[in-house]
Amino acid sequence: MNRRSFSLLICLVLVVFLNTAVCLDELRFYLRSEPKTFNPLAVADDSSETIRYLTGGVLLRLNRDTQKLEPELATSWTVSKDGKQITFILRPAIYFSDGTPFTAQDVKYTMDQLMNPELHSPTADSFRSGNGKVEGTVLAPGKIAIHFPAPVAGLDRLFDQVAIVSSQSPRKEMAALGPYYVFDYKPGSYVYLRKNPNYWKRDASGRQLPYINAIKLEIQPNRDIELMRFSRGEIHLINAMDADYFDRLSTSSPAMVHDVGASLDSEQMWFNQVSTAPIPAYKLQWFTSRNFRRAISAAINRDDLCKVVYNGHARPAVGPVSPANKFWFNFHLQPVRFDPQAALQLLRQDGFQLTAGKLHDRDGHAVEFSIVTNAGNRARERMATMIQQDLRAIGIAVNVVSLDFPSLIQRITQDFNYEAVLLGLVNVELDPNEQLNVWLSSSETHQWNPRQKTPATPWEAEIDRLMRAQASAMDDNTRKKSFDRVQEIVADQVPFIYLVNKNALTGISPSVENAKPVVLRPQTYWNIENLKLAVERASNGK
Amino acid sequence: MKRMRVAAVTLACALVLISVAGSFIPRFNYSRQDREHVNCGPSCRHWLGTDDLGRDRFARLLHGSRISILLAPAAAAVSMLLAFGIGAIPGFAGGFAERAAKTAIDLVLSIPWLFLLLMVRATLPLNTSPAASVTITFLVLGLLGWAAPARILLARARCMRQAEFIILARSTGVAPLWLLCKHVMPNLRPVLLAQFWISVPIFILSEANLSILGLGVAEPLPSLGSLLRELETVLSLRADIWRFAPPVMLVLIVSSLQIAVSEREVPQ
Amino acid sequence: MEGGLVSATLVRYAPGFGADERQLDARLSSDSIQAIQNANAEERNIVRFYFASICKTFRGDLGMSRSLNRPIRQLLQERTAVTAVVAGRGLVVAWSAAALVVFTTWFFRTPALGIPITLFSGTLLCLPAGVLALLAIILNQPGYVVIALIVYPKVHRYLSNLVEAARGMPHIVTARTKGTSESRVFFWHVIPVIKGEVLALAGVSIGLGISAAIPVEALCGIPGIGQLAWQSALGRDLPLLNSVSMLVIACVVLANSGADLLGDEQRQPA
Repeated sequence: MNRRSFSLLICLVLVVFLNTAVCLDELRFYLRSEPKTFNPLAVADDSSETIRYLTGGVLLRLNRDTQKLEPELATSWTVSKDGKQITFILRPAIYFSDGTPFTAQDVKYTMDQLMNPELHSPTADSFRSGNGKVEGTVLAPGKIAIHFPAPVAGLDRLFDQVAIVSSQSPRKEMAALGPYYVFDYKPGSYVYLRKNPNYWKRDASGRQLPYINAIKLEIQPNRDIELMRFSRGEIHLINAMDADYFDRLSTSSPAMVHDVGASLDSEQMWFNQVSTAPIPAYKLQWFTSRNFRRAISAAINRDDLCKVVYNGHARPAVGPVSPANKFWFNFHLQPVRFDPQAALQLLRQDGFQLTAGKLHDRDGHAVEFSIVTNAGNRARERMATMIQQDLRAIGIAVNVVSLDFPSLIQRITQDFNYEAVLLGLVNVELDPNEQLNVWLSSSETHQWNPRQKTPATPWEAEIDRLMRAQASAMDDNTRKKSFDRVQEIVADQVPFIYLVNKNALTGISPSVENAKPVVLRPQTYWNIENLKLAVERASNGK
Repeated sequence: MKRMRVAAVTLACALVLISVAGSFIPRFNYSRQDREHVNCGPSCRHWLGTDDLGRDRFARLLHGSRISILLAPAAAAVSMLLAFGIGAIPGFAGGFAERAAKTAIDLVLSIPWLFLLLMVRATLPLNTSPAASVTITFLVLGLLGWAAPARILLARARCMRQAEFIILARSTGVAPLWLLCKHVMPNLRPVLLAQFWISVPIFILSEANLSILGLGVAEPLPSLGSLLRELETVLSLRADIWRFAPPVMLVLIVSSLQIAVSEREVPQ
Repeated sequence: MEGGLVSATLVRYAPGFGADERQLDARLSSDSIQAIQNANAEERNIVRFYFASICKTFRGDLGMSRSLNRPIRQLLQERTAVTAVVAGRGLVVAWSAAALVVFTTWFFRTPALGIPITLFSGTLLCLPAGVLALLAIILNQPGYVVIALIVYPKVHRYLSNLVEAARGMPHIVTARTKGTSESRVFFWHVIPVIKGEVLALAGVSIGLGISAAIPVEALCGIPGIGQLAWQSALGRDLPLLNSVSMLVIACVVLANSGADLLGDEQRQPA
């Protein structure tokens, strides 16, 4: 080999090494769908929410570990006694990723944009407590007050979801205050984030955060591919893992997987109680009977669901709140005991009779109904099949129908052409106000009987009263009393048959340091600025 | 060659008989869930182990095979009839009929029939029995699966239109219907049979894929297609040989019948 | 155009049109949910929508995708090449493999070869696309290999039947009896006879390749037209699905018409 070739070879090796070195300090994980928007104010899907969390700067941040609110871009805040105003003192000398200074005017601009009725943002709707405009007033260069037309329960916590956008930057919402900014986006392929050079946070030694220079978010909806790549070390994190995959990895690589305990999510089923639904009147009569619903609930073996479908990584659900939500969970409620005899007893009270292994109502109709669930969700399909067997034991014939999601949504929100549904509830927030629209009888998302002009039953009227009371109360203990009572009514009347609370199952590569998975979203990278990659530690000579 | 054909036919008949007869034996219950023994390997009680709900795999294979083996060939036959009528006859006739057939075939080949299937699902009551649902599914597959073979048959029939023996027959005054039945159909038979045997496993798999729309078999009824779809996770592709019983069963039946037919078709 | 109208009509009247998973978001107010439900009001009259979109297409405007929130023209430009490459490679590999196998069995016509070949084709036909895709990923193979595995058994079955049917033709029997070599018989006597049908099969196989690309791209995460078609179908994104359908229809019609034209040229009297 001559000198020239040797030099070329060295250069090649250096180039490869440098490229590799850059690639090594890059956190990689998957987005399960294409992000619909990079505008942090318009976020309504999981992938866009991921990007908002990683790039957005917020005034207050909910610490996902301690579940307590912490100052972020705001150094302090006060909420007025009537709950209609919140005042922030802003952190000085902060700049967006493109160098534009952060001012109180940006906060005012953000709130104006967010509350634009054309946006239809879930975050904005959480702030809408009454008619009237939300006004931001700049009191001083680093101080801003935001006025609401009516009290907003849990007002300060809602600002964890509000990423501040610049009113002056030519890059508009792409100028970031968070630890990263969007550097590159290849549709259908990946989103590439780079470290915000102007990020304000520093660690105890004064070093600028975040530690990791870049994040590559590849778009991959297939969970099998995600699992394979994770086990090969090609990606570093899996935020939510199925129980089967979790157990598979825990035998081969136990250090890579973590069961953090019960998540905030629940799986439940409910019956159609819409009076105008295109189902036989006798079936509607069954579904609107408290005894019938309680009997079905008692006939379902929840322990088996947890054991078979989730391999023990779940617990029987009690109500709308998971025990992971330590403050709002009603610890006086007990799980429903699996008792087919008690179920039959309840059904007899309503005139049902079990004859030759088949249950009939008092008019002689054989008890048969269908449960619809979304196709492709293997866990739900399995649960529905297990419920089918459980109910067969008390003489009820159940047809399991898996539908594609849009068809399912049309049936349960527009046509009401269904009998029973098995779906899940994803809770992003701890505060029960997030579920207000589920419990208000006039609401669109009052799933079993939406858009009621007046409450159809006394217990729904009572729930309406209690939810409105907790929404307007400022003291959390007062609110908890109201919401505890809501949970008790729900446990008694069973509009939703709560089945299981799944555990939060995560995957974290051993090369990721300082990771501490939690139940709140995002489970694995909630403390993204403190995460390190092992190769980065080696390159710093520590 | 003859011994080969006999062996292939015997194997295929034996498999079909075992699945049809076996599914009537009460011991082989396809829906009972043994929740204490989920995803277990083979044992005296469960010859092929249990699935992810503790159901006997062997029983589900017998029942699933019976359903698929009876209905898929029926659907394929419907498709072939339509393909012959819409492809071969206009291809042989030529002119406007041929052009119209080509347009119809191209249209049917390129339209997303997913939505028609969604509409079929929407018109069916939610409480449709699993047996009725799977029968309707295969019928719909048969009614939609004719376009690709029709295209091939049209091309072949068009070539035959110019064949010397056809020209000779026409010139001697043979009626078109006689030409079609006695001369065209025998020459199209290899293509028809090839497509028939390709369609059977395609329909079995398509029925399983249609479960995402709410069509196909409903729980707890199994079908070969739904058993095959269980392999579509990385967890299923383990070195557990018994999990591959459904594709092995289907391959043996389809391949042995293909061998039997192709051996018969070869000119001696 | 008729194909596009039929596709658009099917999408419009299929269940789930206008349904959006945001309707289940409990944080949204009633006004927001109503607004989401009314978002596709202009698509409800299918005839008006379709002809308006045709007119816009002639001006180069394909509209906006509701599910992906991006211009459709940009989406198609980015993804068409990806699918063309993946499906194209898959078809080339499938046809090459099928032709090689058929050629080999022409020369070596024994059960020792025929049975394994039949079993192999049968196995590929009987395995779901999802399993093939997974196997390809486990073995680190690219997506076009999966398309090849899906298309190969169909092409092979037809080709072998055409060749076997040609074997029995009088002029082939005569040529072989007179001692003509097998390769000469195959290339000079068999292929000219079956060329028309092979071209027709080629046209159909392009449609097969595009159909196979849909599940393969969706499963393997390849950002092509197939993945786009699947996402738009699941999201009932009428403008996007209409454009993708028109593109697919155009490709299939062009392929089949091309095959027909070439076949007609071959049949022209000398």
